[in-house]
Amino acid sequence: MAHTVVPVLVLVAVLAFAVARPRGLPEVAAAVPGAALLLAAGLVSWHAAARELSALGPTVGFLAAVLVLAHLADDAGVFAYAGALAGRISRGSPRRLLGVVFVIASVVTATLSLDATVVLLTPVVLAAAVRAGIRARPHLYATGHLANSASLPLPVSNLTNLLAFPATGLTFAGFAGLMTLPWLAAAGTEYLLFRWFFRADLAAPARQSPTPPAVAVPRYALTVLALTLLGFGLAGPLGADPAWVAVGGALALAAVRLVRHPVTEGVRLLRAANLPFCGFVFALGIVVLAVRSGGLGGLVAALVPDRPSPAGLLAAAVLGAVLANLLNNLPATLMLVPLVAHSPGLVLAVLLGVNIGPNLTYVGSLANLLWRQILHARDHPPLAWDFLRLGALTVAGCLLAGVAALWLGLTLSGVS
Amino acid sequence: MRIVVWLTEGTWPACVRAARELPGAEATLLHVIDPDTAEAVTGAQAGLLGRGAAQLDSTVDSVLTGAQDDLLREAAAALGRPARLEGRRGRVEREVVAACAGTDLLVLARDGDHSRLGPRSLGHATRFVVDHAPCRVLLVWPDDPPALSTLPSAP
Repeated sequence: MAHTVVPVLVLVAVLAFAVARPRGLPEVAAAVPGAALLLAAGLVSWHAAARELSALGPTVGFLAAVLVLAHLADDAGVFAYAGALAGRISRGSPRRLLGVVFVIASVVTATLSLDATVVLLTPVVLAAAVRAGIRARPHLYATGHLANSASLPLPVSNLTNLLAFPATGLTFAGFAGLMTLPWLAAAGTEYLLFRWFFRADLAAPARQSPTPPAVAVPRYALTVLALTLLGFGLAGPLGADPAWVAVGGALALAAVRLVRHPVTEGVRLLRAANLPFCGFVFALGIVVLAVRSGGLGGLVAALVPDRPSPAGLLAAAVLGAVLANLLNNLPATLMLVPLVAHSPGLVLAVLLGVNIGPNLTYVGSLANLLWRQILHARDHPPLAWDFLRLGALTVAGCLLAGVAALWLGLTLSGVS
Repeated sequence: MRIVVWLTEGTWPACVRAARELPGAEATLLHVIDPDTAEAVTGAQAGLLGRGAAQLDSTVDSVLTGAQDDLLREAAAALGRPARLEGRRGRVEREVVAACAGTDLLVLARDGDHSRLGPRSLGHATRFVVDHAPCRVLLVWPDDPPALSTLPSAP
């Protein structure tokens, strides 16, 4: 009994702490003691924990390198350039701006991860909409949604993908090959639903707005990013870990400043790598391992489909989406992926669920949603149903379209 | 006569043009910031757990407030006579209705969707305001009104 209950209680406490962040403490502050408690109580063996940590090591390193890469791309003006480009192409039209934002946000999420879209691209989109005198609501919802639903095509697009990537047994290019179609299907579905849902906001006629100031094309940074992406694809066949390619790309972007100010720049890069968060992922891995080996793991395992048939893929995706909303998508991924690791198709279907699913509550999980409602109760009118209606609509649509596209890809390529 | 002119991005010039044609009226220019716009940004960040930067909240707020000030100033200049400028923040449709207390006329624009002429041609907030405004309402098209030929044939 203790085997089942204690790990679940620890996981809930760790996640509650991560959501509430008392005194602004990082989530690692609760996750490490939680993991230590489970180890000390013998609910996870030291041997299993060590194996889990060594399996997570390369993934977490990859995450840190991608975070740094996105941060450096921002320093080099890549996001400012994207914002200026969006402003120029939209020429004051809300509909054209929505189209451009969809393309840019899908590409940024795919290549530089969802973090880059949320933290670095969203403010730029807001500025572009404001400068053009356009209602920013649909475009900001769009970046928020695409950060999740467009984070499918590459292992680097989402931390969940990085965590699941080794279990698929696919190469980087193989993963991209199977997930590109679901990516396009999900983003396309999202676009159609947005055009319908926000039709009133988007109907405003285009206004002649002042031409946005010219922004220099960050040629060097864009070239490095393109080569890094190419390198991800080539690393596998050449026998290298793609994480090293990300490190190489980051070094190429940071080189000049790193040589000039090695100490300040080094500290800045370390901060961008977000080491406390990396520590959190390690500790969370151990906590979820304990949950998985307990009774709850058995329960979830019973729900997991065993074959990547169309119904099996859909069931895996829905299970992923439900768990992602109940917990958060990181523990959901850590929980589900080992249970479906026998079938690459099912692993990818779980990823569709845990990546698209968080749009249902738009803040990542139900706990987060409730917490924000409590937090905002004093200074903020209760959240409009808009978010949740849009979430329910798009998650259902994108999951169906994504699963259908995945099934088509699996059938055509003969992977199961 | 006291009038409130509700301004929204993209469609406000038509409202100001309509208000100019009521030269004697004592005008209040109103704009409302929808807090959900900011929530779209900060909510998405919350989903990242510790990877979301906390300082974005204040940046988004200051961008939206700055945009509101600019819009009200630009509209006042276009109106060409003294007007009271009122910037609010909250659930848009309810703030607009509340701001109409004690006024004689509300000027507002349709959203501009010519593809669905009929009962559902107004967006959600506009529909709510038209239904609940405690005063007379002047509803203008942001661009040209539809031609008579768009009228569906009688059943």
